[in-house]
Amino acid sequence: MSPLVEIDERVDARGLACPMPIVKTAQAMKMLASGQVLEVVATDAGAVKDFAAWSKSTGNELLEADSDGAVYRFVIRKK
Amino acid sequence: MTAIAAAPIHETAPAPEPMAEPQHEAEVKPKDILIINYSGELEKVWATMILASTGAAMGVKTRVFVTFWGLPGFVRDEKRITGQNWMQRMLSLMQRPGISHRKLSKMNFLGMGPWMMGSLARKYNVASPRELLEAAQLMGVEFIPCQMTMDMFGLKPEDMIEGMGEPAGAATVIGLMGEGSAPLFI
Repeated sequence: MSPLVEIDERVDARGLACPMPIVKTAQAMKMLASGQVLEVVATDAGAVKDFAAWSKSTGNELLEADSDGAVYRFVIRKK
Repeated sequence: MTAIAAAPIHETAPAPEPMAEPQHEAEVKPKDILIINYSGELEKVWATMILASTGAAMGVKTRVFVTFWGLPGFVRDEKRITGQNWMQRMLSLMQRPGISHRKLSKMNFLGMGPWMMGSLARKYNVASPRELLEAAQLMGVEFIPCQMTMDMFGLKPEDMIEGMGEPAGAATVIGLMGEGSAPLFI
C-alpha cells in the first residue's frame, strides 16, 4: 500500500450493484474541490474494472485500488 | 524447419498482476452518447437507464431520445389513461404507462415476471429503473421526447414526468450523430 493519503470524503457503496457504486461516486465527486480525495468501498466485483475505466474517462486520478477479498477500496483524487 | 525456442523450465512464476494500476496515462475523453430508447419493455428501459446514468457519471454528455414504445415509460406513474380519442385511450389501457409499470418481453406471466424481477433486484441491491432515472436526471442526462410519437399517442407535456426536454424529431437525432455522438438504439 502506498503512503497514507488524507481522505476528505468517503462513499460506502458496499452491497450496491452496478452501476450505483460509480453513480454514487460521481455524485460525491461533485461536492469536492479539485485536489480533494475520496475513498470508496464497494463489494461489487465489477467495480475493479469499472473504477479504472471511470478514472480514465473522467480524468480523476485513481491513487489506490486494493481489496481484502470481499471489499474493494478505491482512493481517488479529484482532477 | 524453424526451431521453436523451448521455454526455460526453471522460470520463476510471474508476479501476480496488481488488480488495477493507478491511472497516470493520458485521459481519454469519450464522445457524447445518444441513446434512442425505442422499446418499452422492462429489461430494455432498465438497460437504457443503467447506461444513461453511467454515461453521466463518467462525465460524458448523455442524451436519451425517447420514441415509440419507449415514450409510455416516461409518462407519470400515476397516470392510468392517456390520449384524446378512443384508440389512444385503448392503447394506454392495454399497456399501462409509467416507468414502474413496464412489462417483460419474455416471461411476463400477467405481471408475475416483473414482480419476481423486482424482488430479485431488491434482494441483490440492483437499483430500479425509476431510481436510475432519478439519478440520471440529477446528473444532467437530457431526455428528449419524440414529438411525432407524442402526437400519435395523444400524449400531452403534462402527462410526462418532470424534467423532460423539449420535444424534437428525427433530424435532431441524425444531427447529433453527425456531430459525433455515439448512438445506441435500445
